[in-house]
Amino acid sequence: MAWIDACATDEIDEEDLIRFDHEGKTFAIYHAPDGAFYCTDGLCTHEKVHLEDGLVMEYEIECPKHNATFDYRTGEALRAPACVNLNTYSVKVEAGRVMIEV
Amino acid sequence: MARDYSLLGPDAKRAVQIGLAAAEWYHTDIPRKEMKALMQRADQPAIRDTFILFGCMVLFAGIGIALWPSWWSAPFWLAYGVLYGSAMDSRWHECSHGTAFKTRQYNDWLYQVACFCMIRNPVSWRWSHARHHTDTIIVGRDPEIAVMRPPALFRIFLNFFGIIDAWHGWGRMLYNASGRIHPEEADYIPESEQPKAIRVARIWTAIYAATILLALVTWSLLPLMVIGLPRLYGAWHHIMTGLMQHGGLADNVTDHRLNSRTVYINPISRFIYWNMNYHVEHHMFPMVPYHRLPELHEAIKHDLPAPNPSIWAAYAEMWPVLKRQLAYEDFFLKRELPASAKPYREDFHASALGAAAE
Repeated sequence: MAWIDACATDEIDEEDLIRFDHEGKTFAIYHAPDGAFYCTDGLCTHEKVHLEDGLVMEYEIECPKHNATFDYRTGEALRAPACVNLNTYSVKVEAGRVMIEV
Repeated sequence: MARDYSLLGPDAKRAVQIGLAAAEWYHTDIPRKEMKALMQRADQPAIRDTFILFGCMVLFAGIGIALWPSWWSAPFWLAYGVLYGSAMDSRWHECSHGTAFKTRQYNDWLYQVACFCMIRNPVSWRWSHARHHTDTIIVGRDPEIAVMRPPALFRIFLNFFGIIDAWHGWGRMLYNASGRIHPEEADYIPESEQPKAIRVARIWTAIYAATILLALVTWSLLPLMVIGLPRLYGAWHHIMTGLMQHGGLADNVTDHRLNSRTVYINPISRFIYWNMNYHVEHHMFPMVPYHRLPELHEAIKHDLPAPNPSIWAAYAEMWPVLKRQLAYEDFFLKRELPASAKPYREDFHASALGAAAE
């Protein structure tokens, strides 16, 4: 496990997300309404669609293809057709940078 | 070679092998902030529309009951039937996406009611519709293809009166109520969800049994005019609008500009259909709520084929294609793009485009 510099904090609007690719893996990094940052897998567990095109609503991310939703803080699948949770990753902010542990 | 639309047949395997069955689809470039604004949910439009819908249903059914058995009740039953047997189709659909209301429970409640009216198991159809959006009009993968090739015109005609759909729906309800899941359903419903489909089917069977019992006790069709039969006598509008969605267009492509149709329609039909006449837009961006689709259409129409100007125009375009498909099933209508649009991926679609109309 190592901490990776993913992006600047101001690159992600509040209540939104961006995609971050690292060593062949895709992550989604979220800026929550309370100001905190979170990180999950970047692909929906249902059909592997990129979550970056989805919609963040408070603490949920909705997949752009089939409207599956997840709690991005825990990765929990909240709405069909997703049944499998997203993996989540630790996040810290240092000097205006978002770091994820992968 | 004839198309095999079964989900467990050779075309299904072929679609997977050649990469047609995939969750990738063309979508028009649109700035993230603009898209995010269009995707925002709201309760108010759907609450308003739902009050209008159920208010009209109570009014029309009430007058129908008051005038029963006079033929003067017929127009009110026909109006009630369209709301029950057609408007509920679009309510089922939009709520399955979870985009009609902002509040999830509201979506779920209306979804359950609309599924009951349409005799579509809420569990099965949620999954089948997810597959429809993943593999839109991919032969052997999409369980919701309304117009197959060659088109079964007599079956389509019967469905204007709900006959095939409702018969199938009631049959599947009894099948599921007996504790079984059909093998084709099992292809797209996860095992963990299957008991829910059985439970719903049993509840519905009990409701229908009570309605039929009431009809027998009162020796009157009236209870069935309110529950069940409107699925037949009110189905025509959802078939009329539903056939336009993909009829006569390309199959086995992943660009929804090729396989879907946007049509401008009158305000009453738009209310019944909940704006699904913007069908290319809906397939390209299924997260956009029905009430924002006109705005989405304005934002991306430069990249889409010109919409058909009316329901009549859509059928005038579609009918000759369906007739020709009776003899030559590879034939389809290739939609032309405006000069401002990004081109189709001709390389990927070459096999389908080879038989396109000029």
